[in-house]
Amino acid sequence: MEYFFTDEQKMIVELAKKIAQEKIKPVRQQYDESGEFPWEIVKELAQADLMGLYIPQQYGGFGGGVVELCLAVEELCKVDGGISLSLAATALGTFPILLFGTDEQKNKYLTRITKGECLAAFGLTEPEAGSDAGATKTTAVKDGDHYVLNGTKCFITNGGVAEIYTVIAMTDKAKGSRGASAFIVEKGTPGFTFGKKEDKMGIRASATCELIFQDCRIPKENLLGREGAGFIVAMKTLDQSRPGVAAQALGIAAGALDEAVEYSKTRKQFGHPISGFQAIQHMLADMATQVEAARALIYLTARAIDNKEKDISGISAMCKLFASDTAMKVTTDAVQIFGGYGYMKEYPVEKMMRDAKITQIYEGTNQIQRNVIALDLIKKSAKKK
Amino acid sequence: MNIIVLIKQVPATTNVKIDDKTGTLKREGVEAQVNPFDLYAVEEAIRLKEKFTGKITVLTMGPPQADRALRETLAMGCDDAVLVSDRAFAGSDTWATSYTLAQSIKKLGNYDVILCGKQAIDGDTAQVGPGVAEMLNIPHVAYVKKIEKIENNSAVVERFMEDGYDVVETPLPCLFTVVKEINTPRLPSLRGMMFSKKAEIKHLNAEQIEADATKIGVCGSPTTVMKVFTPPQRQGGERIAGEPQEQACKLVGKLKEIKII
Repeated sequence: MEYFFTDEQKMIVELAKKIAQEKIKPVRQQYDESGEFPWEIVKELAQADLMGLYIPQQYGGFGGGVVELCLAVEELCKVDGGISLSLAATALGTFPILLFGTDEQKNKYLTRITKGECLAAFGLTEPEAGSDAGATKTTAVKDGDHYVLNGTKCFITNGGVAEIYTVIAMTDKAKGSRGASAFIVEKGTPGFTFGKKEDKMGIRASATCELIFQDCRIPKENLLGREGAGFIVAMKTLDQSRPGVAAQALGIAAGALDEAVEYSKTRKQFGHPISGFQAIQHMLADMATQVEAARALIYLTARAIDNKEKDISGISAMCKLFASDTAMKVTTDAVQIFGGYGYMKEYPVEKMMRDAKITQIYEGTNQIQRNVIALDLIKKSAKKK
Repeated sequence: MNIIVLIKQVPATTNVKIDDKTGTLKREGVEAQVNPFDLYAVEEAIRLKEKFTGKITVLTMGPPQADRALRETLAMGCDDAVLVSDRAFAGSDTWATSYTLAQSIKKLGNYDVILCGKQAIDGDTAQVGPGVAEMLNIPHVAYVKKIEKIENNSAVVERFMEDGYDVVETPLPCLFTVVKEINTPRLPSLRGMMFSKKAEIKHLNAEQIEADATKIGVCGSPTTVMKVFTPPQRQGGERIAGEPQEQACKLVGKLKEIKII
């Protein structure tokens, strides 16, 4: 399909494909098994200028937007859905600074991210506040020129390996969700430590870790946006980042589809390649249709965001919902087409199926996405009257 | 430090057909790539530049399409690219190619180091690098696996040998052909790709390099390809079964039969 991308955008795809095939493919199984963090690949991504893809040129970035980020993530995830999260989760941690940071904050942090000197992470989820972000318990109390943070964040992608964290904490509990604020916390700040590193089902090459704040003092300059705007920061960030998760899901699905097509051509049963059987053909046809539909929806959403369209919550939730459900369905079918071999770790689709599952859960479960979409519908309907 | 890298565009597949009439490779319609060994030369050039600063010029002789191979090396970090192209060069053997490249390098002038891959994966001759050095009348070291140091206009390098390696000291300017053990070539960067897309590639033809017409192309090539063939595969041999003693007896019998003992 021709999606009318610019030469620069096509270049990004070409480059990401090269990195995926030449650098990531040979090591993906090893990282999946060990669960180690793929620093060697992070170096490659940084050296290729991909870390600053979506960051403005004035901060040393490539000056692209969500489209560019999605194209790179999709291409990388065709080969491995976990390793490329170092890039995608850094984007999630960087968006709050891009959207709400002051010039000073942008100069200080974005240039370091662009150069690939450090990764970023976004800290919202807590043990008792997942979908219900309003139940956030981490507090930030102002004390002179500082804020003092206390609390625990969990399941933080890039946790422990990132240098820059954007964290949501309550500055005024009495105000509920209007009492939350966003902060930038640097690794190494006294009182900021890491808890256990999670042992996960999939995306095992991605680091997932607890963030622990115990009387962690950060300068008041590290407040992002104004006090009380924490949830707005979080929601706007997620609106921007959902196409990225969707692109991750899309990449995993497209990678599984490619594997399934190739395998069906070589696997023979009853004297014929199984690709000749209609039962397999119809499965492949459904998989391809879903993948293409997810792709079209993601590109549309990403372009809308880059064009600064205001009304993006609904469509952004739709693309995350649709692409991740597609990834789960397509990878499950890919395993089915591989049959017994598909269930074995020796073949890549088993891992793709494990990697796909998380995309239905994180950055808002697909149930929450449906809430967002429905709420958007109802709000718009009310406005019409 | 000024570095010249010689590269060649080769077919991207090992499955290339051979022209029955001329005995040479059929290059039409086959996807092309930079000769993989040349990428090690490009990488080494970039590392030298990072260390000593300077300029890297990539040079290739080939059809206009070889433009793409040059741009690939610009995307990796080379500064300038020169394409030596002329219908008169068609059918050049390694001698004529060496002459043509040497003439082009004389035209470009001003270099400290020339780097090439150890050989091209299509012809596999490994002759052009050393040939160029001879025609430029400069020293060369082939199969370099490490550039140990460069100072005071001389270089110390390690030359890969079958049974180890030699440490060679040579004055500059010098030509090195490199083996794959020397480094891991980098992938291009986005900025490099943008630069490469817009970069202007310098073109040189036979007249501009002041080539002697009798030394280029088919006419200037002393090599004639008589026949290209794949040597017959070795047969599987015969397996002698049985107890060791029995096997030995049978073997001696067979050897006597064919009058080897």
